[in-house]
Amino acid sequence: MLFLKNILCNFFSQVRSIFFVFINIFNKRETVMYPEEKTKLFPRYRGRIVLTQDENGNDRCVACNLCASVCPSSCIILQQDKDNNGRSYPKFFKIDFSRCIFCGLCEEACPTAAIQLLPDFELSDYRRQDLIYEKEDLIISNQGKYLDYDFYSVSGVKLKNKNLCKNSKHVNNVDTKKILP
Amino acid sequence: MNILLNFISTFFLIILVTILGAFLSIFERKILAILQNRCGPNRVGWFGSMQIFADVIKIFFKEDWIPPFSKKFIFFISPVISFCISLFMFFIIPFYNKCNILNINNIGVLFFLMLASLSIYSIILSGLSSNNKYSLLGSIRAISQTITYEIFLGISLMSIIIKSNSYNINDIIISQKHMWNVIPQFLNFLVFLIASLAVCHRHPFDQPESEQEISDGYHIEYSGMKFGMFFISQYISIFSVSAFISCIFFGGYLGINNFPIACLILKTLILVFLFILIRASIPRPRYDKIISFGWKFCFPISLLNLFSTAFFVLIYN
Repeated sequence: MLFLKNILCNFFSQVRSIFFVFINIFNKRETVMYPEEKTKLFPRYRGRIVLTQDENGNDRCVACNLCASVCPSSCIILQQDKDNNGRSYPKFFKIDFSRCIFCGLCEEACPTAAIQLLPDFELSDYRRQDLIYEKEDLIISNQGKYLDYDFYSVSGVKLKNKNLCKNSKHVNNVDTKKILP
Repeated sequence: MNILLNFISTFFLIILVTILGAFLSIFERKILAILQNRCGPNRVGWFGSMQIFADVIKIFFKEDWIPPFSKKFIFFISPVISFCISLFMFFIIPFYNKCNILNINNIGVLFFLMLASLSIYSIILSGLSSNNKYSLLGSIRAISQTITYEIFLGISLMSIIIKSNSYNINDIIISQKHMWNVIPQFLNFLVFLIASLAVCHRHPFDQPESEQEISDGYHIEYSGMKFGMFFISQYISIFSVSAFISCIFFGGYLGINNFPIACLILKTLILVFLFILIRASIPRPRYDKIISFGWKFCFPISLLNLFSTAFFVLIYN
């Protein structure tokens, strides 16, 4: 008797699962028809990489090579140079987007919030060489996601011409021995 | 003249069935997508109606590669066998009264059983000739599954034959004039549906080609048009088996008096949809479980059904 009951229960559970799959016909489609309509991407979505500038129009990047060394697919290459003001900047900065895995580790490693990932994933191209982005392609003329952050105002690095920095009252005023900012 | 006409109509039907089988692949993708809250192919043509041509063009221009380690002739011949056998299965279906392509009315059901058993040969040959472990495993699974389902496929058909007292499919259909066979023979219908899923190697009985375990099983080494033949033959066999079920259990062309062909097509399409629905909803069991299910469960049920049918037929006649 238990055997028969078992068989009936199993049979009805199969029929029930078939029925519930059938019901899906009347449900709403989940697909987003991509090229016609776009999904809403959130600000922290990891897409195209940009280099940001501070509010005075200087490069935020100090070419410390942290992003290049943390990059798991080693797609970032750059070289440091110093301008007359004693401010270091990348002489060239290349990101190979055909190798980039969009992990966002470069953004995390960056001490100056220069390198940032945007919610833009439409990077496809016909030739692989076109996916190597130079500094001119990467740089944008605003601060990106992290506003009001100037590395030189908190780092204690001495600049020759203090007036170039807008928040000059902070510059060189930092106690570098203190733990707290 | 008559022979020529016959030839032309048969040729036309072969072409039609092949095209239908090709279309069923798109139909299945669309229905599976709908059952999973997706949209399915909808880019090529109007709502994806031209997808089939894109697929056919793609499969025609694929590199048709014969692996150097295979046994060439058998490797070449097995998709042809598979295609032909699934095509033959369609010819015994009567479209309206006493109209079917192959005029073998007296052994119609036996012909179906023969083809169902023969269809294993393409899988055995392709599995052996590919010289690949996966395809060999696939063909081993196919053989063990076949010796399981063949038994209750035959026995469940036997009780229908006892009931209608004929091997002729046309007679079986006519005997269902008052009541479809599915009502008095419901258990039998379930058993036969399971067996016919296994005949077509459909989910959940797609042991020979289980993609997740043995990566497409017996046709792993096939590419291009040879793979296409296996692919289309599976869909044609779905069509022909569901047409056969609709003849045996659902009264075939009976129904609306003036449109016998429309009736048959409607019933067949509903059964094809049921096949796809079952694929969408039931996962594949382990392969020894299918065998034990077949021997310990379906086989006794079909035997019981056979005995009870024979008992009632003896009493009432």
